[in-house]
Amino acid sequence: MGQPMITTPTPWSDWVVILPVVLPLLAAAVLLALRGMRALQAPVAGLVTFAVLLCGLELLTRTSDTGPVSMTMGKWLPPFGISFTADVMSAIFVLVSALVTLVVIAYLQMERSESDGRSGLYPLVLLLLAGVCGSFLTGDLFNLYVWFEVMLIASFGLFVLGGRNIQLDATLKYGFLNFLATTIFLASLGVIYGTLGTLNMADITLVAPDADPAVMTTIAALLLLAFGMKAAAFPLNQWLPASYHAPSAALSALMAGLLTKVGVYALLRSLVVLMPAGRDLLEPVIATVAILTLVVAPLGAIAETNLRRAIGFLVIGGIGSVMVGLALPDMHGLAGSTLYIVHSMLTMTALYCVAGLVEKLTGRTDTREMGGLYAASSPVSILFILLVFSAAGLPPFLGFWPKLLLLEAGISGAEIANWQIDWLAMAMIGALLVNAWLTLIAGTRLWAHVFWRNGPAGAPDGAAGPVAHPLTAAQQRFGTGASIVLVGLILAAGLWPNLLIETARLAAVEMIDPQRYIAAFGLGTIAP
Amino acid sequence: MEVAVVLLIGLFTTVAVYLLLSRSVIRMLLGLTLLGNAVNLLIFVGGRLTRAVPPLVPANVYVPEPPFANPLPQALILTAIVIGFSMFAFLLVLGYRAYQSLDADDTDRMRLAEPEGGPNPPLSY
Repeated sequence: MGQPMITTPTPWSDWVVILPVVLPLLAAAVLLALRGMRALQAPVAGLVTFAVLLCGLELLTRTSDTGPVSMTMGKWLPPFGISFTADVMSAIFVLVSALVTLVVIAYLQMERSESDGRSGLYPLVLLLLAGVCGSFLTGDLFNLYVWFEVMLIASFGLFVLGGRNIQLDATLKYGFLNFLATTIFLASLGVIYGTLGTLNMADITLVAPDADPAVMTTIAALLLLAFGMKAAAFPLNQWLPASYHAPSAALSALMAGLLTKVGVYALLRSLVVLMPAGRDLLEPVIATVAILTLVVAPLGAIAETNLRRAIGFLVIGGIGSVMVGLALPDMHGLAGSTLYIVHSMLTMTALYCVAGLVEKLTGRTDTREMGGLYAASSPVSILFILLVFSAAGLPPFLGFWPKLLLLEAGISGAEIANWQIDWLAMAMIGALLVNAWLTLIAGTRLWAHVFWRNGPAGAPDGAAGPVAHPLTAAQQRFGTGASIVLVGLILAAGLWPNLLIETARLAAVEMIDPQRYIAAFGLGTIAP
Repeated sequence: MEVAVVLLIGLFTTVAVYLLLSRSVIRMLLGLTLLGNAVNLLIFVGGRLTRAVPPLVPANVYVPEPPFANPLPQALILTAIVIGFSMFAFLLVLGYRAYQSLDADDTDRMRLAEPEGGPNPPLSY
């Protein structure tokens, strides 16, 4: 081994890897210090998020042109120094997270309250963005744990902001279960360090193939438990429907876009890229979890009468689709999972934004007390039904393409052509289709109850729906506007999906063969 | 030495699981803290226990003479302790606030966000 220290400074252009974390953190601190200047909060938060968006765009073009970009902190070389590394998968998620946050910040402008400045709303949103981007970009597993906790404490703050009793209740459940999940993740880190002697991601990919497969399976099982809980996969999903409907609609939208997706990203990164050996033995477990999540979650949405809780179940259903790709990690499966995460971030955020508008219009949260909204606000009702179609995966929306890729993965995994039918893969194909069908039923039922029927249950036929509060000008401009922007993006990406599919395929190639990822750390060259 | 610490980890985890299964918020919180400590000890053992010299690097050398104690687990645990403590503090305040506002330390009585025995979903459509 040569010089163990880094002697040349990182080129300035590589600093873009760390900017998506540094900018929001700095801005959050500044905004907290300037909490008295309320007019400043939203514009600064918006500008910084836009800067993160540009960084994500730059990272995505660079990683898809020339391969992963890496930057190591301090002067220690990896595996001792902590690296931030962006590959195509992390870059695209950073880009979409920043986009979602930007839209939510715009959506938040529809009603500014006096307490916005004092309550630290925008610093917490930026802190959440920093935690999410840090999780996507870090190249060290222990550092991933730290970013998880940054994200967790920011989301605690956002869930409890306002301090209504229902929020205290929800945050307590969210807090306990997610803190338990990160503690289990920490335990798996202890076992990883004890077995492999390293926590650097590239180093783990190099060392893991020589390790005892039994221990690797234990580690993979612990990681599946911890990240599965974060991602709200079926038996571990209880915290999500208990908490997502408690804060204000804008913050629900932000959480729905960001939180669970980091969990599935961590699953993809750790089980597919880092320890494929550990994943192999767990494949039936992952497949079963995927099937159960796909089928049970939309059933929950059908049974639920609280609008935002019902949408929470649809978020969980999407996690099942991503798990299908995890159980069938070939080109199609991984590209499908990556694209599905992008789709889920955009669609679920938009659904919660529109649900927030519905709650504004009716002043209610329960669909049993709603009805006849189509007459009052047809734009909102059109946005809602389009998003239901996208969530169910109907063409021409973005949701169709990842499902198609996952079905292709299932068909090639089932090996129907060779008559060696893999029943688990067949079951996953079935579950994907059943999920689309049930999601469509759940979504259209919600739509029919909220918009289509004449009035709430028990109201006489022909009675006008109860529209308590028509939208104000600000709510029209920012609330409806932000939702239209997201729906427009989903429709455009569904009509011209080639660029996104190609990018997702690039991400899948890098996941299957992480040589370039390892080389970005400067480790591949040292290995004999 | 290692066996003793491993047994201690087992004991901590057992007690933590027992406490986490309770319905009382305070007991669950204590359970999480104990679990956190069990995990910290796990990382400590993962770095191998050596009763040897501290890892001080002499001048002009990059690596000290082995055997020396592994310094990395201590750094990891220190970070985990700080984070775990801040989470504990937040959840304690939250639990106390919930106790004041909801008048309940029993999770069975905290049903605001998930109402119990709600009506069946509408059968229309």
